[in-house]
Amino acid sequence: MTCDECGGENPVVHLTVVEDNETRTLHLCATCAEARGVHGNPLPENFLLAGVLAQLGGEVSGEGASRGGASTSPHPACPFCGLTLRGFKETGRLGCPHCWSTFEKQLRPLLNRVQGAVQHVGKVYLPPDPSASEREKRLEGLRRKLDRAVELEDFERAAELRDQIRSLRKAVP
Amino acid sequence: MSDLSPGVADAGLHWLDASGEHADIVLSTRMRLARNLQGFAFGPRSRVNDRTAVLRRVRAAAETVQPLKGASVEELRALPPHRARLLLERRVISRELLGEGGHDSGGVGSPLSSGSSAGSSAGLSAGSSTGSSTGTSPESASLDASTLAAEGAAVVLPPASPVSVMVNEEDHLRLQVLVSGLDLHEAWNQIDLLDEELGQYLPYAFHPEFGFLTSCPTNVGTGLRASVLLHLPGLVLTKEIGKVLQGLSQVGLTFRGLFGEGSEVVGNFFQISNQTTLGKTEEDLVDQLDAMVRQVIQVELQARHRLLSHAGAVTEDKVWRGYGLLRYARSLSFEELMNLLSGVRLGVSLKLLPGLRVYALNKVMMFTQPAHLEEAAGRALSPAERDAHRAAYVRRILLDEGRVEGSTPASGTDPTPPPEEPAS
Repeated sequence: MTCDECGGENPVVHLTVVEDNETRTLHLCATCAEARGVHGNPLPENFLLAGVLAQLGGEVSGEGASRGGASTSPHPACPFCGLTLRGFKETGRLGCPHCWSTFEKQLRPLLNRVQGAVQHVGKVYLPPDPSASEREKRLEGLRRKLDRAVELEDFERAAELRDQIRSLRKAVP
Repeated sequence: MSDLSPGVADAGLHWLDASGEHADIVLSTRMRLARNLQGFAFGPRSRVNDRTAVLRRVRAAAETVQPLKGASVEELRALPPHRARLLLERRVISRELLGEGGHDSGGVGSPLSSGSSAGSSAGLSAGSSTGSSTGTSPESASLDASTLAAEGAAVVLPPASPVSVMVNEEDHLRLQVLVSGLDLHEAWNQIDLLDEELGQYLPYAFHPEFGFLTSCPTNVGTGLRASVLLHLPGLVLTKEIGKVLQGLSQVGLTFRGLFGEGSEVVGNFFQISNQTTLGKTEEDLVDQLDAMVRQVIQVELQARHRLLSHAGAVTEDKVWRGYGLLRYARSLSFEELMNLLSGVRLGVSLKLLPGLRVYALNKVMMFTQPAHLEEAAGRALSPAERDAHRAAYVRRILLDEGRVEGSTPASGTDPTPPPEEPAS
């Protein structure tokens, strides 16, 4: 079978289309299917991350560089789990919470690229034994949620949030 | 369905009831939060000690935390492989948790079980993987492979609840919720509540600048991935789908068409989710996705309207042919079923097939997946047997639904009414 559009081999997408009150099936190769906006095999989820990681490679690639003594940054390794920058580059995965502090210099530009931001503005986590400032931030977040619940007329939710705010205030030593 | 523990028995099935908004177009809304515990390595760096310690803590928390009350904690290694596959097909666990498929399931076989894979790093719902591989369709998935799950990999399944928690997947915890139709706010409320409670028992890894810390930088911050599974035959048939999807990617959403392996576009199902997790509040992420999905629904409805007015006879024929084949076929591959089901779903949505409920169609999608067929049969099935069992199940459901009367042609272009369906 050949592609109906370009005559190339191995059509992988068979698209049913309606034209002039008739249905017919188009057999398309991956390229032509994509040209029609049908992605038989969509881009890998994190092609963006992969690209950014590859660029990161320039800075961390060689032992050669460090042996030459010209290296500006030694190869840091996470003191907790032992992950190296090279290891991160290979897998795209961090190994533990401490990695985020160890590699924060490298992570900020990366986050800017893949997330378009560096600063978290969502929920503030309150650990089981919070400090006063953590509690204050947390109250702020809860009030924001409460406003939203009222706006959405979700009164059940609003009541829950009010309870949460109340109990958090009460817990102040 | 005999000796399944209560958690396994109904996990991941709540959305089938089609009770949610726009349930004919939006199959389900799912959401997940990635969380990690302080003091333990995660992802590929985690060792057995880390994973078992995390699981121990989660077990303890599951006994106290209200939204998880009475939950069964199923360790993947202790779970018979066919049970694990049931959970996979229901999108309650991911391939990665199961220890197969590595980081990604790039291609997609079933819209239910593969790409979406339960908010794992795999697939769209989580989107935290760099690699890509050809996906495994449910047909080619080996059903009897013994589990390769890592020690400590587990899933927490509270009874009669749309929430669940994967333990020791790419992140220590993947909180997830799966509800019917378009209901991002309800999904968020449920998962937020679970998160708040669980976070009081388990010290999460949180950073003032980066937010909730995750193994993959694409999940950090809120750790939130929300996704909606849509049926968009109108946009596909009118060839507008490309434009729409392109538009979505410009506003920070990702989409994924669900396709079979090298053959027909399967079922016109698309999954849309947020691309980024950092720099926006959870509410903003949810609201934005909600607004965009509503727009997509509007253009889909317009496309369907155009189809009916410009190609009414063809559309109606497609719908009834699909119904006819499903009603009488003696053997159906999963792909063929999904394509026919797409036409029938469109027919139900356009009220061309009165008397047929979306619930029945959802059930067909779920219970004709390989592991579900085998569960019902109580034994392993060869591919040919599977196709026969699948067709038999579909016939039974459509028969139970009763008589589907032919309606008058919606378009008015066809003067002769469709012939009476010789039902039952």
